[in-house]
Amino acid sequence: MNVRRPRWSPTTASALALVIAITFGAIVYQGFATPLVARNLVADNTFLLLAACGAWVVILSGGIDLSVGSVMAFTAVVIAALVERAGVHPALALAVALAASTVFGALQGACVHCLQLPAFLVTLAGLFLMRGLAFAVVPRSVGIDHPVIATVASASLPLPGVSAGLPVASAVAIVMVVALALAMAHTGFGRWARALGGGVSAAAAMGVPIARTRVGVYALSGFFSGAAGAALVVYQQSGDPASCKGLELDAIAAVVVGGASLRGGAGSVVGVVLGVALLGVTQMLLVFQGDLSAWWTRIAVGGLLLAFLGVNAVGERVAERSG
Amino acid sequence: MSDSRRRFLAPVVHVAPALALVVLFNAVFTPGFFDISIRDGRLVGTMIDVLSHGSRIGLVAVGMALVIATGGVDLSVGAVAAVAGAIAAALSSALPWPLAIGVALAGAALLGAWNAGLVNILRLQPIVATLILMVAGRGVAQWITGGVVLDVRTPAMEYLANGHLLGLPAPAWVLGGSALAVLLVTRGTSLGLFLEASGDAPEAARLAGVPTGRARLVAYGVCAALAGASGLVEASYIRAADPNSAGALLELDAILAVVISGGVLTGGRFSICGAIAGAMLMQMITKTLYMQDVSADVAPAPKAGAVAAICLVQSRAFRGHVLAWASRITRRPTA
Repeated sequence: MNVRRPRWSPTTASALALVIAITFGAIVYQGFATPLVARNLVADNTFLLLAACGAWVVILSGGIDLSVGSVMAFTAVVIAALVERAGVHPALALAVALAASTVFGALQGACVHCLQLPAFLVTLAGLFLMRGLAFAVVPRSVGIDHPVIATVASASLPLPGVSAGLPVASAVAIVMVVALALAMAHTGFGRWARALGGGVSAAAAMGVPIARTRVGVYALSGFFSGAAGAALVVYQQSGDPASCKGLELDAIAAVVVGGASLRGGAGSVVGVVLGVALLGVTQMLLVFQGDLSAWWTRIAVGGLLLAFLGVNAVGERVAERSG
Repeated sequence: MSDSRRRFLAPVVHVAPALALVVLFNAVFTPGFFDISIRDGRLVGTMIDVLSHGSRIGLVAVGMALVIATGGVDLSVGAVAAVAGAIAAALSSALPWPLAIGVALAGAALLGAWNAGLVNILRLQPIVATLILMVAGRGVAQWITGGVVLDVRTPAMEYLANGHLLGLPAPAWVLGGSALAVLLVTRGTSLGLFLEASGDAPEAARLAGVPTGRARLVAYGVCAALAGASGLVEASYIRAADPNSAGALLELDAILAVVISGGVLTGGRFSICGAIAGAMLMQMITKTLYMQDVSADVAPAPKAGAVAAICLVQSRAFRGHVLAWASRITRRPTA
């Protein structure tokens, strides 16, 4: 852990890039820098934000979670099936789905720890498993027609300057993200996760409970993926087993673009928020351009990833040489 | 047993029990799984289907084995397969077929070189370096085809997956030829040792004069070229290049094929025969599920379960736990 705060960090670069992207949009496109666009940015990226937060906690601890997108689809489908097919109250369905995703995450953590298997292999199997299970629950998209979910979906908090307010799901997500930031900064668990990412043997020597921390980070990722799936249900008013394919990549990309190192031990929730915002603004810019096809989003995300990984790699090497 | 023979047999020993289980299951529960007949001069049957589709995975698994030997992993193979299919489809009407296929494979190899460059020069971890292409590659493939599914109608491209030679499907020959070439080049020269040394102890290898950077370049380049070949075979199957779903989940099948045949993800060794055996086992599991009326969407779940079980049994830590537990049980009566 750094004693002195570094003057320049990758997160600063993310903030700078975000400012540049927004300024560019504001100058080139009419109506870009408006409260409505900002509100849409938040509303459209709520589930990516939640998923990326979960992915970041695992990455902080030096692992990786590729099952994020599948867990989201599974949670969404479970909620939809419970509410529509079994007539369960949405609150109970939400609790069941969140418990399932959290337990599944914890199981993945246990596999990584106890079996000494690489994290990406375990979560790759998890990706397969949850996607298949989602299709086993319902073979195709299930629409939800329930007064409680309709109320939650249409409810919003008033925002200054925008007729459409902030959706409740987004507000809840923001509260969760703030809580995560506080927890990771001020609890023992947060410090353990960061220490684990710095090096397993060093963390063990410091007295970090390795097993508990590892299971904890994957469980937390499962919980956040589950919450992202729930946000998706509210957003789309349906549960689709085919949804969120490849979303784990977007989540990891957001984490990296936000300045976290995939070697573990670095990064912050603020960085994740900046990363998600940067991906969202990039997409928004492509939408405003209008004549560019959808595939440019993939190429742009790849380019962003490359730029930030390159900057990080060069920065790391400079730090190595000077220190 | 000599060391080289042990090395040759190890992957076979690894795959054999799982393969035996799958075979036994099908012998009991799937009627006609092993029936093979000759129709129009070609062999026909479920096992021939497995061979044909398994070859598509096997091509990638062979390349993946080389990359994993260097301590890396290539997540971009699915995207590279899509790009190669897109290039071949876009060029198939304008260029003669050998040139179109050649350009597609060269393009794929270039993408592999790009991956190797990120690993060698920027020193990115392989998962991360290849993640970039995994994300952006499909965008590139869509850009090449203009966002649509392109038809592939030239006779040569159709032959690649649907033709047959001496009764066997063409993909099996493509796999056989490629694997033999890779085997000769890696085991006939010191390249194989260089690859393994780069994965086993990169720093020691570098100090000993092993060109680790160039070894990685070869591994990622060959892997991408083979992924490209697999993409061409897939485009040939469906007679079209689909930039969105071509090569979907190919990286998972290929990595798992290497892992279940005893490949070590931390690098240091590889087995071409093992990779192929693993690919065939993966395809046989998939086919078994389809024959049991498991839908293609649900199939990944039991497949993941099967692979997890295989990895579990092979995991040294798990075996340690079980052995310790077993010895405690057996020791108890005497105490």
